[in-house]
Amino acid sequence: MKVCITSKGTTLDSPAEERFGRAPYFIFVDTDTGSVEAVQNPFADGAGGVGPRAAQLLTSHGAGAMVSGQVGGNAREALLTAGIAMYTYGDGGTVADALEKFRNDALTRTG
Amino acid sequence: MRLAVASGKGGTGKSMVAVNLAFTLSQAGQVTLVDCDVEEPNLHLFLPGEAEIRDVTRPVPAIDTDACDLCGRCGEFCQFGALSVLADSVLFFSELCHSCGGCTLVCPQAAIREVPERIGTIATSTPLPGLKLITGTLDTGSPLAVPIIRAAREQARRDPLVICDSSPGTACPVVETLEGSDACILVTESTPFGLHDLELAADVAARLRIPAGVVINRSDGNDRETHEFCDAHGLEVLLTVPFDRDFAAIQNRGGILSRERPEWQEAFATLFEECRRLAGVAR
Repeated sequence: MKVCITSKGTTLDSPAEERFGRAPYFIFVDTDTGSVEAVQNPFADGAGGVGPRAAQLLTSHGAGAMVSGQVGGNAREALLTAGIAMYTYGDGGTVADALEKFRNDALTRTG
Repeated sequence: MRLAVASGKGGTGKSMVAVNLAFTLSQAGQVTLVDCDVEEPNLHLFLPGEAEIRDVTRPVPAIDTDACDLCGRCGEFCQFGALSVLADSVLFFSELCHSCGGCTLVCPQAAIREVPERIGTIATSTPLPGLKLITGTLDTGSPLAVPIIRAAREQARRDPLVICDSSPGTACPVVETLEGSDACILVTESTPFGLHDLELAADVAARLRIPAGVVINRSDGNDRETHEFCDAHGLEVLLTVPFDRDFAAIQNRGGILSRERPEWQEAFATLFEECRRLAGVAR
């Protein structure tokens, strides 16, 4: 399954980003193959409505789960409808740390 | 002739000035008062009467799910994030939609059509023989004040003498209320906040190229700074209403100063003449 982790940078060593719609990067990790893809968030500086647009981006990249700090109301509705499981990570660590905790089922599922 | 009453700061007395101006003018002719403070209209409290009410709508997309093939074009096009195309459905976020209609144009399957969505109402009443009141009211939860203001002003389009009472502030609703007016009354008060926001409101009127004059309300008699600002910016102080507990009491119970104290009708009649002079509109 593909999990998307919001990130401040392009690698697994980058700090995880707490915001969803305005995260600078989305890191997609295929938990079966281990492949990693970093996608720049084109909506990071958008005026508004960035949450639902980011949710559509996650859908088009085939994400089945996502890890972030905070998810806004509209983004949450879109992610729920899309069937993308939401997990909260707020430890201030790296994307790799968030991924590790996701793999170990140590994150709180919020939707 | 179209007059607007604005202020910048809230609670300075826009509605008081608008109501008294309209009441005074209605004694001698026909006047239309438009409440453009659609998030919190209050002129009807001073001018109660049976109203005819109609809905104001705006176009929003409706998606034919049989025709939609989830290509995602509409969601990519919408800069406001109002449409989210997901794996097996399209989500529409009404509060993010700006009614631009772009989604209907980019859909390759012609699966999107526009349908009306109610966002508020326009109430029209005749509370006094010479006075028509048009009240725009934005529905709770709807974020778009401008279309309601536009509809309220449109309702008064054919009326010869119109006074529009603006919302406070200097944002889009105020611009929509002021635009196209022949003159604008800026209401301020004897406080630093009143003066600060008068400066902002005067700037809006100037940028819209609308001649403006100032009314100082609840004056404590010490308005030197306001006069200095007005002198420096070529604004005339058209009327000063002193601070008076009795005036506040009249206002608080929904009374009209110039009805209860007819001697004030002359002051508001003069205010109107001053506005007409500012606007350069002949009698």
